[in-house]
Amino acid sequence: MVVRVRLGGALKTAAGGRSEFDLEADDIKGLLTRLAELCPELKPRLDKGVAVAIDGQIYRNAWFEPVPPDAEVFILPRMSGG
Amino acid sequence: MPLDTKAPREDIRFRQVGSRPVRPDGVDKVTGRAKFGADLKLPGMLIGRVLRSPHPHARIRAVDTTRAEALAGVKAVVTAADFPDIGSDETLAAEGDENLRDVVRNVMARKKALYEGHAVAAVAATSAAIARQALSLIAVDYEPLPHVTDVEAAMRPDAPVLHEDMFTSGVEPKPDKPSNIARRLEITLGDVATGFAEADVVVERDFRTEAVHQGYIEPQACLASFAEDGQAELWCCTQGHYFVRNACARLLGIDISRLRVAASEIGGGFGGKTTVFIEPVALALSRKAGRPVRLVMSRDEVFRATGPTASTSMRVKIGVTRDGRITAGEAELKYQGGAFPGSPVEMGAMSAFACYDLANVKAVGYDVVANRPKAAAYRAPGAPMSAFAVESVIDELAAAIGMDPLELRLRNAAREGTQSAYGPKFGPNGLVETLEAAKAHDHYNAPLGPNQGRGVASGFWFNFGGETSVSLAVSQDGTVVLSIGTPDIGGTRAAQCQIAAEALGIDYDKVRAIVADTSSLGYNDMTGGSRVAFAVGLATIEAARDAIEDLCGRASKIWGISPDAVVWEEGAARPAGPNAGAFEPLSLADLAKVAANTGGPIAGHAEINAEGAGISFGTHIADVEVDRETGRVTVSRYTVIQDAGRAIHPGYVEGQYQGGAVQGIGWALNEEYIYGPDGRLQNPGFLDYRVPVASDVPMIDTVIIEVPNPGHPYGVRGVGETPIVPPLAAVANAVKNATGLRMTHLPMSPPRVLQAFEAAEASRAEG
Amino acid sequence: MPRRAVSTTINGDAVDFLCEPEETLLDVLRDRLGLTGSKEGCGSGDCGACSVMLDGRLVCSCLVLGAEAEGRSIETIEGMADGKGLHPLQRHFLEQAALQCGVCTPGFLVAAKALLDRDPDPSEREVRYWLAGNLCRCTGYDKIVRAVLAAAAEMREA
Repeated sequence: MVVRVRLGGALKTAAGGRSEFDLEADDIKGLLTRLAELCPELKPRLDKGVAVAIDGQIYRNAWFEPVPPDAEVFILPRMSGG
Repeated sequence: MPLDTKAPREDIRFRQVGSRPVRPDGVDKVTGRAKFGADLKLPGMLIGRVLRSPHPHARIRAVDTTRAEALAGVKAVVTAADFPDIGSDETLAAEGDENLRDVVRNVMARKKALYEGHAVAAVAATSAAIARQALSLIAVDYEPLPHVTDVEAAMRPDAPVLHEDMFTSGVEPKPDKPSNIARRLEITLGDVATGFAEADVVVERDFRTEAVHQGYIEPQACLASFAEDGQAELWCCTQGHYFVRNACARLLGIDISRLRVAASEIGGGFGGKTTVFIEPVALALSRKAGRPVRLVMSRDEVFRATGPTASTSMRVKIGVTRDGRITAGEAELKYQGGAFPGSPVEMGAMSAFACYDLANVKAVGYDVVANRPKAAAYRAPGAPMSAFAVESVIDELAAAIGMDPLELRLRNAAREGTQSAYGPKFGPNGLVETLEAAKAHDHYNAPLGPNQGRGVASGFWFNFGGETSVSLAVSQDGTVVLSIGTPDIGGTRAAQCQIAAEALGIDYDKVRAIVADTSSLGYNDMTGGSRVAFAVGLATIEAARDAIEDLCGRASKIWGISPDAVVWEEGAARPAGPNAGAFEPLSLADLAKVAANTGGPIAGHAEINAEGAGISFGTHIADVEVDRETGRVTVSRYTVIQDAGRAIHPGYVEGQYQGGAVQGIGWALNEEYIYGPDGRLQNPGFLDYRVPVASDVPMIDTVIIEVPNPGHPYGVRGVGETPIVPPLAAVANAVKNATGLRMTHLPMSPPRVLQAFEAAEASRAEG
Repeated sequence: MPRRAVSTTINGDAVDFLCEPEETLLDVLRDRLGLTGSKEGCGSGDCGACSVMLDGRLVCSCLVLGAEAEGRSIETIEGMADGKGLHPLQRHFLEQAALQCGVCTPGFLVAAKALLDRDPDPSEREVRYWLAGNLCRCTGYDKIVRAVLAAAAEMREA
């Protein structure tokens, strides 16, 4: 189904200023693939690795995590601690 | 029967979680038995030493090692030629993602020495004395180049450029000249111009913080042993032995499974031991020599050539209405991360305004390189600096509108459902609880004496989950061994034993935890990111449930009933109800005794990618006393109030709060990297790099708030990093309160405080 | 230069060793005698992780030469538990969670014992100043100071 995806953190700059995308996806892998197709400037960042927040829960690697309808979805940089 | 791991259990009456048992590794540590990185030796062991650049920036024209190789007792010499020339886009999953090209160049300089202390060659010899002598026989032909160590200076168009192939990313149009600015990034929410227009009071300030070091008491140390068939073993102190294994395997060109890395006890890390410095070098030396090699850094080398934090130059502007509503927040953050890109400016930008519910935010960050050692993570990387700036300005705004600083924070506090400045909405969290607890605390309401002042500040950290593998084996007598794969920095073995005991319903002293080597378990992300209590705890619970499922299955067979009719309660399998049958419970020990007859060894395991980590907010209260003659600032009282979700071992949670707070106090008052005009570090030792000692600080009071994290069955949140975020501003705000001086350059060492007094006197005289 | 032959007493036992003239006592303890409980945190006497007792005096063993041990008596962390059980200081450190990574702990225990040997009833301030030569980066010192005061109280009662 169609999901609204927003770019969080500083990814908006990588996407040439665009921050919202509507696309078809059932899981995180589908979402990232579709996003790379819609916004090729973002592809290098996506390939390097990003985090995806679904309704506030941050996922760093989970390709097959389902994206529920009406979820709030943010793409974020992969963050790290110390 | 196994419960859904994710659902938090409100009904749990914890028996183990929340208690304060003695840690399993404790006796070894108080008797000197515990083995740290430099404590192991092997027969035939050689001593390794590294030759380091005396120049902050230089082309390396040639490295001639022939005389060193000829010295009696020298068994191997390595240079950059012994490591692969990795291409620019290769990364390795680590806490963040390590760029391997930068790592291999940092481990051993190639065409350029990029900082004083940069490794240029290394030797292994039969004694330390011979190794030292061998270093002096290595001839390096340097062409010294102009250098730059200051962040603002490094950004100027005429600054000496470190990397000819570095073109600032994130700017349009793409620059055609290389510079020292690796990246520009921007985070926006709403429109700050509109926000500032709505404000009644706007404060804009510049800030500077100097680079600090994690200051772990144990220098990096390792023992490498490379066999003739290409299999290798490495013993090292590290926060992530799986990362070390993967990085070293890549750098030595061997299969990952041929390298077995064991994590020694680790004498502190705080993020500084989440990467590799000497480990690949020790392995390369051992391979060449055909003998084990011990490589230990001196304290001087630790300061010069491991990974301090970034130094920063920041500007923050915040607007507020007269009735205390923050209308806009803007930050420009310039972080210098040493000789390679990767300063934590992005996380500094994302966390800067995280404590506040703001409609209009703009944070711009610059990742800058300079001729200094490559920065590594340090406890909440990037956050303490930006929080220092933001929390100082918030304090000024509160004073400007005549509002209590905690009240101003409460009015604008992020709550459950608040849209964070960096994107997603926050889940349940304890920020408001910490602010209210601070307001009500004795400390906040205690009287102050002359030259004393009080300051508050709040802080935030994201916390992470990550890949985790755990194995739980039940011995024949019903006692349990838990194998985890994350080095124990702060007492996590105790917490994991408590969690396993809780999940199995047995006593704490029936569970023993070990940190297994890389060949004994599936992959584990590092100890760091405040992830262990959360992620390893989650995996431990799953492993326990895995074992419980097996145990109940065996009981059901023994009793001849359906597995659905068996439950696990208080350490035993029991019939689910009277209809299931009148069977006596079978304890873990009972079932373990007959394991061989009922299916074989009993164990549980879990391999997960833990998600659902909970953020942790904290609020600190600091009292200081300032000596106007010497400029010395003494912390006279300090309180940490922070949300832990659920404290597994309250004593160790308190320890994290206290340790992080004192590191923050050191950062605020005394610690800094001092560079001379020659680009060399002037204070690479504990005498002049002044960390807090016992007489510098009072007791650190702690309040553990518990707003359970819905992503964990016991509600656990990571706690290790947040405590270092508020102290910089809490102490600066206290100094302002005591003296009227707004200190904007850290550390607030006595010379800086005296200078500020003099400047204030001078402008008072003029004014 | 030839190695020195040294005869000394360590934790009550007679010990002989050979060492280079420039070797520190810390090097000897760790690398020649296998007593790795004392740690090298800095090599310059600033961190106290190498603290030992030399003829009843608290010293940084990284600032003492191995050869200087000749004819003297040394106590290290390995001698603190007397074989029958832990010293009260060791027990209180465990009970009060006064250690996290534990690398500074041997130095603190030796230093704290030196304090209590000469002053069985120190104030908090005295404890903090006595221990100012021992660096800890993990704990912020709070629980260490509490453990020392609690152990002192217990030892006064005995």
